[in-house]
Amino acid sequence: MSPKTLYDKIWDAHVAHEAQDGTCLLYIDRHLVHEVTSPQAFEGLRMTGRTVRAPEKTIAVPDHNVPTTPGRDDPANMTEESRIQVAALDTNAREFGIHYYPVSDVRQGIVHIVGPEQGWTLPGMTVVCGDSHTATHGAFGALAHGIGTSEVEHVLATQTLIQKKSKNMKVEITGKLSPGVTAKDITLSVIGVTGTAGGTGYVIEYCGEAIRGLSMEGRMTVCNMAIEGGARAGLIAPDEKTFEYVMGRPHAPKGAQWEAALAWWKTLYSDDDAHWDKVITIKGEDIAPVVTWGTSPEDVLPITANVPAAEDFTGGKVDAARRSLDYMGLKAGAPLSEIAIDTVFIGSCTNGRIEDLRAAAAILKGKKIKDGIRAMVVPGSGLVRAQAEEEGLADIFKEAGFEWRLAGCSMCLAMNPDQLAPGERCAATSNRNFEGRQGRGGRTHLMSPAMAAAAALTGHLTDVRELM
Amino acid sequence: MEKFEKLTGIAAPMPLINVDTDMIIPKQFLKTIKRSGLGKNLFDEMRFDDDGNEIPDFVLNKPQYRNSEILIAGDNFGCGSSREHAPWAIKDFGIRCVIAPGFADIFFNNCFKNGILPIVLPQDVVDVLMKDAEKGENARMTIDLEAQTVTTSDGETFGFEVDSFKKHCLLEGLDDIGLTMEKAASIDAFEAAASAQRPWV
Ligand code: SF4
Repeated sequence: MSPKTLYDKIWDAHVAHEAQDGTCLLYIDRHLVHEVTSPQAFEGLRMTGRTVRAPEKTIAVPDHNVPTTPGRDDPANMTEESRIQVAALDTNAREFGIHYYPVSDVRQGIVHIVGPEQGWTLPGMTVVCGDSHTATHGAFGALAHGIGTSEVEHVLATQTLIQKKSKNMKVEITGKLSPGVTAKDITLSVIGVTGTAGGTGYVIEYCGEAIRGLSMEGRMTVCNMAIEGGARAGLIAPDEKTFEYVMGRPHAPKGAQWEAALAWWKTLYSDDDAHWDKVITIKGEDIAPVVTWGTSPEDVLPITANVPAAEDFTGGKVDAARRSLDYMGLKAGAPLSEIAIDTVFIGSCTNGRIEDLRAAAAILKGKKIKDGIRAMVVPGSGLVRAQAEEEGLADIFKEAGFEWRLAGCSMCLAMNPDQLAPGERCAATSNRNFEGRQGRGGRTHLMSPAMAAAAALTGHLTDVRELM
Repeated sequence: MEKFEKLTGIAAPMPLINVDTDMIIPKQFLKTIKRSGLGKNLFDEMRFDDDGNEIPDFVLNKPQYRNSEILIAGDNFGCGSSREHAPWAIKDFGIRCVIAPGFADIFFNNCFKNGILPIVLPQDVVDVLMKDAEKGENARMTIDLEAQTVTTSDGETFGFEVDSFKKHCLLEGLDDIGLTMEKAASIDAFEAAASAQRPWV
């Protein structure tokens, strides 16, 4: 047999039909659904008299626009439109018989955090969701990617997706990370190298010693942002850490099935002489704690650098950089570490897991955030929140001056009341710094949880290594 | 789905790279449970000021581009979220074709599901089209999907590539789901085999 990449192996195990031109029907093992991109898909099913083919493989949870403040299970505390979308999800989940975690359930949270937590996401699976950050699940060695609403409807009706195979890209992070450098710095640094379109047409497999050294939480952070590099999906081969994370989760296999699953999962790696269409290698030692300065996730620099000038770039990027600097209200040449912030947001499917909260709390312990800063922690799920409370992290955050919220997407995309005002500047652990992403006119700097915590203490972007 | 065969219309120039889906349709408009009516909010934050007044400089607000049916854009158009509200808004505004040196993957796919033709052309060709589009309402461009050509107002013609299956669906206005359901037997067979091999799924 010819050598294969991990992506090739998962792909081959899921092709239900292949047409002569290479267009395939890819079978989907898990379909995750949330309130914003699904109502039109269910409506489409009703209009055509179709049904959900495999409701037992479909999981729904409201996350994008739910409030993160107490009393939210009372619909009176939601805006009219949010209420309609959440109610629609509620109805659709019940009517079509799919697994559902309502806001009142402690297991509710951001769909990409709930899936792995509940054991819905397993190695070797195909996982889709009407959300681009579905890439997160690739951390388990699952082929996971975002789809549009028409495709949501297609998967609901047929449990398949019309696909052509992508190319293979290997991103290797060699060696060890320096202190203060995290998974978020890896993933941002990779995008800094590839650009936001560098991964277009590819599925990325992240590998190398630095990736192996990451926890499952860290690996999810890395894969989460594969889409920001333009890739269809990001993957990390499963290993003992993966199996250990999965074992015992509510929907993970048990007993003899566990043994059978494990035997297959252990074959899920890229063969030594597999073919790669593109290879990128980055030395772990070369990665510094980074922040973004602009309005594209590729606008990444080490915290020790200065704000660039538009003229430092070439081609279409010159105008884009000028527009970014203007929008962000930044002057070329100013040290990044002197940029003052108003708001700190710790959360999202990139960095809303327990390890992220631990990292931020470690910086904040026994300290107070700078006067006048609005800071919030929004745990990625109700279970992350509960665990953080048990570990005493919640108290550290609250004593430092952070708001301690309920689970949801919150200020990552500001579809609920958590938003930036025009001109407000935020240190955020989320994944997108687009214009208006966190609120119209809001300015976002992306960074790791530890870096965001450091910024909360000093009131400006800060090299976390100085506080360690 | 609405068919796409041939289109002659005004092209709006938007020489910006990395136009993301938050720019195309900001999230405050995602709270709908319908597919229609989003055109009025297309590019909302670039098109309107804080008080809701039109920003005269924005291309689609200029008199000569208000009825554009084609958009010429910079590289990596449609990056960001998977929201299909982006192509819905574009289509609802009246744009049926977007031409750029490159598109983000999910957006690109979403276009085809909604009767919009995204065309990838090399930067130098896009530069020529951009110049042509800058002539405004007299410069009507023609897109012929069957022949796979774009013709400028000066009669200059460029060929483009398109996936044969996607082309077929667009030309015929075919519903993907219906097509897939014709292959139900293959899916059934696959599902039976897969659940024997991987019963834990
Ligand atoms: S946390 Fe942000 S990126 Fe993640 S699913 Fe929610 S909105 Fe999308």
